Amino acid sequence: MKFTWFNLMPWPHLPENFRKEHRSVWVDIDAKLYDPVKGHDVYNDYLDMLEYADSLGYDGLGINEHHQNAYGLMPSPNIMAAAISRRALNAAVVVLGNSLGLYNPPIRVAEEFAMLDVITGGRLVAGFPVGSSMDVNYCYGEIPALTRERYQEAHDLIKKAWRETDPFAWNGRYTKLRYVNTWPKPIQNPPPIHVPGGGSVETYDFCLDNTYSYSYLSFSGYIRAKALLQGYWDRLTERNEPDESPYRAGFAQTICVAETDAEAEKLYKDHVSYFFNRCLHVAPGFADAPGYRTIKTIKSGALSQFTPNLGEAAHMPWKQLVDEGYVIAGSPATVREKMEELIKGLRVGNIFCLIHVGDMPIEKTRYSTKLFAEEVMPHLRNMWPEYADDNRFWIDPLDKRATPGPMSERKAAAGA
Amino acid sequence: MIMELKTYTAPKADIHLLESGSGPDLLFLHGAGGIDAGNPFLSALAEKYHVLAPILPGFGESEESSEIRTMLDFTLHTHDVMSGLGLDKPIVVGHSMGGMIAAEMAAIAPNDIDKLCLISSAGLWLDEHPIPDVFATMPYELPELLFHDPEAGAAAMTAGADFSDPEFLTAFLIQNARQLGMAGKILFPVPDRGLSERLYRVKAKTVLIWGESDKLIGLPYAEAFNAAIANSQLITIPKAGHMVMVEQTTAVIEAIGRLS
Repeated sequence: MKFTWFNLMPWPHLPENFRKEHRSVWVDIDAKLYDPVKGHDVYNDYLDMLEYADSLGYDGLGINEHHQNAYGLMPSPNIMAAAISRRALNAAVVVLGNSLGLYNPPIRVAEEFAMLDVITGGRLVAGFPVGSSMDVNYCYGEIPALTRERYQEAHDLIKKAWRETDPFAWNGRYTKLRYVNTWPKPIQNPPPIHVPGGGSVETYDFCLDNTYSYSYLSFSGYIRAKALLQGYWDRLTERNEPDESPYRAGFAQTICVAETDAEAEKLYKDHVSYFFNRCLHVAPGFADAPGYRTIKTIKSGALSQFTPNLGEAAHMPWKQLVDEGYVIAGSPATVREKMEELIKGLRVGNIFCLIHVGDMPIEKTRYSTKLFAEEVMPHLRNMWPEYADDNRFWIDPLDKRATPGPMSERKAAAGA
Repeated sequence: MIMELKTYTAPKADIHLLESGSGPDLLFLHGAGGIDAGNPFLSALAEKYHVLAPILPGFGESEESSEIRTMLDFTLHTHDVMSGLGLDKPIVVGHSMGGMIAAEMAAIAPNDIDKLCLISSAGLWLDEHPIPDVFATMPYELPELLFHDPEAGAAAMTAGADFSDPEFLTAFLIQNARQLGMAGKILFPVPDRGLSERLYRVKAKTVLIWGESDKLIGLPYAEAFNAAIANSQLITIPKAGHMVMVEQTTAVIEAIGRLS
């Protein structure tokens, strides 16, 4: 199993009445709610948390890309990745990911991912999302019906830019470049690639065609995710793929660990509520720009089945959130048991652990993160022994990596 | 007059079109909401004209075309349909998005179009008068935006059904995703593809028809078109919103008559 400590980086200062007084947490979020001075502490706390997770032995540190969004303060995930690259020295840097079509020209992704992979000594997991409709259409103005075609072209260009050793011309529909000659190239060429998806057959096939890991980054928990991931595994069977390695799939789950179930409720209830009630308050008009999804996907019924209303859990009491799997919370024993259900039930090898939730302060985050690492993770490590050697979807770092530090220290060390 | 649904094979797509009536040829280009055979405005128009209303790929029963992406593609496709149907200098009438396509055709092929009518036309952008974002508008909010009388408008849009009926809503949303997905290629995120730079080329005698209470593309846009097209006249119609030809059918048909 691979456990990635994933932080969405929500803005923790949304007002109590946010849902009532404000239209949306995303796209046209009230800019007056952002305070850059507070933001200084917020970013640094969140980066500290990622570094802390590295020190506890998590396999990956996860970050992602959102725009004009108060629950995701990372318009540029690559900046966050760079910020942790020289301080978190063991875990994979899981950038989940760069919305390929938003980078102009898209070789920017090839360049920045290569830089990250080289700086970290081959520790990059590269995420290739299309991006949410809110991000790519409403915030960044991509034409919805052309989003996927643009993405596909960007993907092909990035892969070729990594692969080719001589300059080449690219005469695409969306990008034209006379000299593509990406410098630097990644150490892992290509890095392991994960693709977040939302239930379309096209994305299942895209992952299977390219041997990419399919990630379902849901906020609705593992019970509701069953149908979507089953669709992926069914598709794999339908296509007669040579193996059904669980590392072909990943899932994001909100997890809260304490000494007892009762303590978990007491410690984390309000922060979980902050997330579901305030952070997921998105104006319904921004859910899905017409044309963003293919008609094939809409007609398949996937929409009603797989795309829960982000606000559905806004007023759910703690017990319901836990019972229905939105949150896996409780004592290490409880969490272990439910994680086993998740891992076996969804057949996933990659878990994106959403342990920092909503406006959870640093002390509680530390507590839950440590308990999960020490009391839960070790028991789940070997759940897929028959696929222990499947390294297609994870990093392959250099054995001998640089030790970052000021030159004065290095000199002293050399002199000693 | 009852509109007849026909099929036509254009170079980039097989499409459906509506045809009826006799008299001068009139090519009608529908807006982003699409059009169907039961459209009362087309039927009324067919009392005086030989009406041909091609349905864009992705709309109604016309098959989708991934080949049509840009403003130029939309313009040439529609020009292909016009010439393919053997129409020689028909009166070209376009509503909203259809107006945008009609105006582009008249700018790109000024010698092929000598009578042009733009109704509540899209295609321009004025910073002082931003057009509401229909792509982020919920279905139940549309009547308020589109009609002078939203209540009557909602009834006309839903043909008696109700936006709170989940079955109707699902069907509406699928149709919307398909049609607005296509429309978004020229209207999203800002409905401007440079038409203002080409309007000087329009030679056609042009009538501009606008509802006085158009809340989507307001009267300043009518004035901007009027200023940019050399041989144009503006007719504003009271008690009518963006769907002016639904709300004031007779007045709109009378105004189109000024081209004859």
